[in-house]
Amino acid sequence: MSTTAKKSQNPTPMKERMKIPRQLMPEQPALERAHNYEEVNLGYSAELAQQEAMRCLECAKPTCTDNCPVGVNVKEFVEKIVIGDFLGAAAIIRRDNVLPAVTGRVCPQEDQCEGTCLLSKKVKPLGIGYLERFVADYEQRMGTHIIPSVTPTGKKVAVVGSGPSGLTVAGDLVQKGHKVRVFEALHEVGGVLVYGIPEFRLPKQIVREQLDYMREMGVEFETDVVVGRTVTIDELIDEEGYDAVYIGTGAGLPQFMNIPGEHLNGVYSANEFLTRINLMKAYKFPVYDEPMLDLKGKNVAVIGGGNTALDAIRSALRLGARKAYVIYRRSDTEMPARAEEVHHARQEGIDFQMLTAPVEFLSDGKGWLTAARCVRMELGEPDASGRRRPVPIQGSEFDLPLSVAIIAIGTSANPIVQSTTPGLGTNKRGYIQASEETQRTTRKAVFAGGDIVTGSATVILAMGAGRRAAKSIHDYLTTGDW
Amino acid sequence: MFKIIHAEFLAPGIKRFVIEAPRIAKKQKPGQFVILRIYEEGERIPVTIENSDPAHGTVNIVVQSAGKTTQLLNSLNTGDSILDVVGPLGKPSEIANYGTVVVVGGGVGTAMAYPTASALKKAGNRVISIVGARNKELVILEPEMRAVSDALMITTDDGSYADKGFVTDKLRQLIQNGTRIDLVVAVGPIVMMRAIADMTRKENIHTVVSLNPIMIDGTGMCGGCRVMIDGKSEFACVDGPEFDAHRVDFAVLVQRNSMYRDAEQRSLAEFQSAKVAAEHTDHVCAVPGNHQGDRRQGDQR
Repeated sequence: MSTTAKKSQNPTPMKERMKIPRQLMPEQPALERAHNYEEVNLGYSAELAQQEAMRCLECAKPTCTDNCPVGVNVKEFVEKIVIGDFLGAAAIIRRDNVLPAVTGRVCPQEDQCEGTCLLSKKVKPLGIGYLERFVADYEQRMGTHIIPSVTPTGKKVAVVGSGPSGLTVAGDLVQKGHKVRVFEALHEVGGVLVYGIPEFRLPKQIVREQLDYMREMGVEFETDVVVGRTVTIDELIDEEGYDAVYIGTGAGLPQFMNIPGEHLNGVYSANEFLTRINLMKAYKFPVYDEPMLDLKGKNVAVIGGGNTALDAIRSALRLGARKAYVIYRRSDTEMPARAEEVHHARQEGIDFQMLTAPVEFLSDGKGWLTAARCVRMELGEPDASGRRRPVPIQGSEFDLPLSVAIIAIGTSANPIVQSTTPGLGTNKRGYIQASEETQRTTRKAVFAGGDIVTGSATVILAMGAGRRAAKSIHDYLTTGDW
Repeated sequence: MFKIIHAEFLAPGIKRFVIEAPRIAKKQKPGQFVILRIYEEGERIPVTIENSDPAHGTVNIVVQSAGKTTQLLNSLNTGDSILDVVGPLGKPSEIANYGTVVVVGGGVGTAMAYPTASALKKAGNRVISIVGARNKELVILEPEMRAVSDALMITTDDGSYADKGFVTDKLRQLIQNGTRIDLVVAVGPIVMMRAIADMTRKENIHTVVSLNPIMIDGTGMCGGCRVMIDGKSEFACVDGPEFDAHRVDFAVLVQRNSMYRDAEQRSLAEFQSAKVAAEHTDHVCAVPGNHQGDRRQGDQR
């Protein structure tokens, strides 16, 4: 299999590699972690990492890298792990990925690098995500960030939004010598990494460390700036002298189902629920001032089957919910959430009500939620998304008693930047039009990527867009060609 | 950090802050607001912009003591700083020459109504302003409102100043007198805005109200500020805060603003007892929400 001229540094004979089992990720016991906010996965030890790395078949044409939206050179970094050069492995990852400690934790690896791993034809795929996380955490523990030295180009780039997409653009461009300033609407930098993804899946300390590293590289951050309101794209270019702007404003307005009772007290959007917990620390009320409804001993349900839905309901469980349900209108196979999260959620005792949809929220007559009237579904013919369309089963209605319902059925485009930037093209659904190859918008010197272009997607896809954008911004800044 | 250049009480419990915020000062338009956070553990609350001075890079905000955060805010003085101030948020008021416009400001809502009245006047409208307050002491911005109005009417609930009664009494008089009214803009407690909406609906007078729901990020991300407009959810921070009063479901607004009442009261009680324990000697004005009692504690919009 290894036909490269370079001799493999992996001492394990090729035939033996498939016999090594995939090393399990150490994790907090399910029933313990269901009541705390600590990280679920504990991370590989060096021994586990090296043992796992030995499994790599070192394909001549590795599909893992092709399937990585930012193109991490998996084979090369895994080989460094095999020989114990963990910092060398980190340096290889960092060439393509500015947030390895984040992606090692939140990427849906089964759909990306690990999805086409040759090993998976016979046994379980290589634990690429676990290895990436190990390397990033090791580098952090050692405190030996390598700050690349660069020659300033004299060009200035404004990045709108400090989520995964914007951070990728910023990290890539600052390493090319451009001056980069990131504008963030909230009071804290990190976008969905801080307001959305909970501590038990992505500790905020990890995010802060990655951000500190970016600051060391020279990226500037300005919080409390809502681009479109506080300053417009045109003002950034015309008055503040930015040579290019990248728009990565992320997820938009939360969608609701437009069913009766959705305005009742106790019905949250997932974004609001998670923002209260993660950004505002409402679960520490009254030490923190932002309140949230007390979930202790309550029945809580989330509606939806994505990562956001699972983040929300697993948070509710940790905050003391007595019963925590996922209500999803399709079946297991259609659930868009990351496989590991579904597995973890089941272990923790989340009750999955599949092929079920609420049709109405019921109240106590005083404006407070008491139950969701639900209907069971069956799967019919495939719909536009290619997934089988859920069809309600007549007469299957039942009431699920609930104190809190969290709606996590996706988002629609946030209009603030588009509506204040003349000439910025949008599609039918209001998302910004951008070239899939270059992330260029219809406005000269303005680029866009991530959820504000594609609609709700994943951290790594947003980072992939950021990667492509950084490359084409650099091309534009060096050639001046549009 | 955003520095407080100047702070003064406009009325008992109502304070005006001049804050150094050049970006906001440059962009602020009537009808918009800011969200602020005082310190690391603080909540984000929406606050009224009364005016701004782009040349000096300052913005004026007006805050009424109600919950913990606003009480804390109103204990700040010239030279202090606010950790985060973000804005200007929301869509600006739609300013045009409508003809005759009645601008109604109830209580601290007058501070929000003032820049809109001023812009409407500049746009060539005949501006009739009605300002209402509980009592004489709580009438704010009278000279400012007078300066931008063709006529100014003032009411106090207790009759301690100007005419005894409510702003709705004055609006009814105008309507009964046959005054031609092309637009009503009303900013104040929900009951006031609802009463005005009910009155003008019958008369078919286009009416705009500025809504004050619970809000967190203010950029359309969280959906916490959703209001029912014609039976559909809209977001006050992105689609508003101004809405056609005749399409607003005020009952839902009242209900949703009560969502955290217990927590707010607990927060306030703990804050006040801590304050007493600290033997804080400053005058504290214990204004419990406001007299209509339906506005969210701590919400200034």
